[in-house]
Amino acid sequence: MTVAPAPATTPEALPAIKHDYLPILLPVALSALALPFVGNPITWVTLTVAALAMGMMIFVIASGLTLVFGLMDVLNFGHGAFIAVGAYLALSVLGLLSGWVQVDSLGWNLMALGLAVSVAMIGTGLLGWAFERVIVKPVYGQHLKQILITMGGLIVAEQLIHVIWGGDQKAMALPTALRGAVLIGDVAIEKFRILAVAVGFVVFAAMLLVLNRTRIGLLIRAGVENAEMVEALGYRIRRLFVGVFAVGSALAGLGGVMWALYRETLTAAIGGDVMVLVFIVIIIGGLGSVGGCFIGAILVAMMANYTAFLLPKVALASNILLMVAILMWRPQGLYPVAKR
Amino acid sequence: MLNTLLSGDYPRSRVLTGILLAILLGLAFAPFLFPGAAAINTAAKVCIFIVLVASYDLLLGYTGIVSFAHTMFFGIGGYGVGLGLYAFGASWGVIALGILLALLVGVVLAFLIGLLSLRVRAIFYAMITLAVASAFLILATQFSEYTGGEDGRSFSVPPALRPGFRLFETPVFGTVINGRILAYYLVFAAAVTLFLLALRVVNSPFGRVLQAIRENDMRAEALGYRVVYYRTVANCLAAGMAVLAGAMSAIWLRYTGPDTTLSFAIMLDILLMVVIGGMGTLYGAVVGATLFIVAQNYLQKLMGTASAATEGLPLLPKLLHPDRWLLLLGILFVLSVYFFPTGIVGRLRGKSR
Repeated sequence: MTVAPAPATTPEALPAIKHDYLPILLPVALSALALPFVGNPITWVTLTVAALAMGMMIFVIASGLTLVFGLMDVLNFGHGAFIAVGAYLALSVLGLLSGWVQVDSLGWNLMALGLAVSVAMIGTGLLGWAFERVIVKPVYGQHLKQILITMGGLIVAEQLIHVIWGGDQKAMALPTALRGAVLIGDVAIEKFRILAVAVGFVVFAAMLLVLNRTRIGLLIRAGVENAEMVEALGYRIRRLFVGVFAVGSALAGLGGVMWALYRETLTAAIGGDVMVLVFIVIIIGGLGSVGGCFIGAILVAMMANYTAFLLPKVALASNILLMVAILMWRPQGLYPVAKR
Repeated sequence: MLNTLLSGDYPRSRVLTGILLAILLGLAFAPFLFPGAAAINTAAKVCIFIVLVASYDLLLGYTGIVSFAHTMFFGIGGYGVGLGLYAFGASWGVIALGILLALLVGVVLAFLIGLLSLRVRAIFYAMITLAVASAFLILATQFSEYTGGEDGRSFSVPPALRPGFRLFETPVFGTVINGRILAYYLVFAAAVTLFLLALRVVNSPFGRVLQAIRENDMRAEALGYRVVYYRTVANCLAAGMAVLAGAMSAIWLRYTGPDTTLSFAIMLDILLMVVIGGMGTLYGAVVGATLFIVAQNYLQKLMGTASAATEGLPLLPKLLHPDRWLLLLGILFVLSVYFFPTGIVGRLRGKSR
């Protein structure tokens, strides 16, 4: 009796993951296309940098939303509330630390900003956790009610901001050392935009690292693909989801702080204004896809900045056209998430 | 006769029948029952919103689609008639032409949005409509040389609808029948007609398919109904009805502007009216719209009193400030979606069974 031969020890190499590079070329193509229309290369560089900064902020806000949707099929229309709350929390902290903010030293300024951002992120993270428990949890799996309930949550949150911080428009001054622009050659680039781009890339890199290199990230990605299977394997997907929801809310808070500093003014309606762009971004990117969200954010911001320069009246409408064009090309968005 | 008019969809509850009859009679004789400009304004607003909310219920309650662009169609109707009257003078022909053009624009736009988003998945629709509606609002305010921008446009209506016009020399039941009252009855008649038409639609085989799609779109598809087709048609119907409501609003107000037609606040009002009245029953639109608009007029006064009464206490006066009435409405909205998903009409019908 012979022992069956052991199966070949070198199985065929796993099929390599096919990367879809086409969408990555889109922002490059769009910016190249805009160059002849803008005309002046210096203006073009300024606009492109502004677009990158704006895109990063939108990405920071949208990434949490798209992950929450991918993981649990929950579309949170109340995401805008976290943007606003984050911005207002930072406003209060920066108001307390006005000494650190006004002094012309990058170190103190960044410290004040860092503190404000931490408070904002912790605050919105906790708020997100509470929001998930109170508002979203009872309506899992019911899209219609989710949309209505989270919309209601957004209204209540916005009104509470009015009650706590007052309804008037607030000035959100940039710290002294971050004002003004740096000259690189002939091109003036605002300092805050550089910071925004840096923060955006850090968040994107950290997110990719966590998603692709850690166990939690593995579970999140698996949950996006097939939540039931992950649950069947013994992981508590609900707990994971609450975590992602809280982190997503904290990111929205961070994005809100950046957005308010970028605009330098702040009203309770800030969330609603950004959310329109955020929705366009996550639709373009493919609901649930972080990479698509990143590219979508840059695309939308570029479109917004170029058209704001060329045809200011149709800035937002141009983004709708962009969305239409992309959905005609790929009806599920740039990077469709497998099952949905 | 009644069966044909109501398309066989009776209120099915004694209390509800009573409420509906009271609303109908109240609206039908509003100029005689409640004298004064404020009262007739409220009554006309109720009529307009009944149509608007009923058309929205066609989407939300019957087909299960959440749209945030309903005010856009309302606005298209308002601007179609309003800008026409503003540009070409007050005549009935202009009104008809404005309505026709607005209907065309509204239905085509609804068709395009539906084509883009309803094919993929219904949840896209909510986001895409939100984006499109905000873009439309911004466009309407930006192109101020045509639309009047933030200020909107005031215009005059045909002479028969102006306050100076007299239908009879002598007052009827102590009320002078002037052009405003004629305009009110025009709005009222349009509202009744459109409402009965909507009842006809939802109780037709077509309406049943819509409800099947709401309950389970996969199953409806499996039964052989093209879900995309039905959703798109429902979408266009609702849009057309909203356009007509917008036209009614423009004729009544003699003004069209972003705040009265396009603003997001009105979208929230519509959502609240549908949810409070009862999703999935057109009678809910009647009850919800009436209750909401009457409450809206008095709630703010009440809140003002409450805010003044709690003066000195921490936070409470701020919470009760009349400007914060959206806060109460928001909480009411969330609570009613949780605990009261069938709304007032659903409750009343449930008890009678």
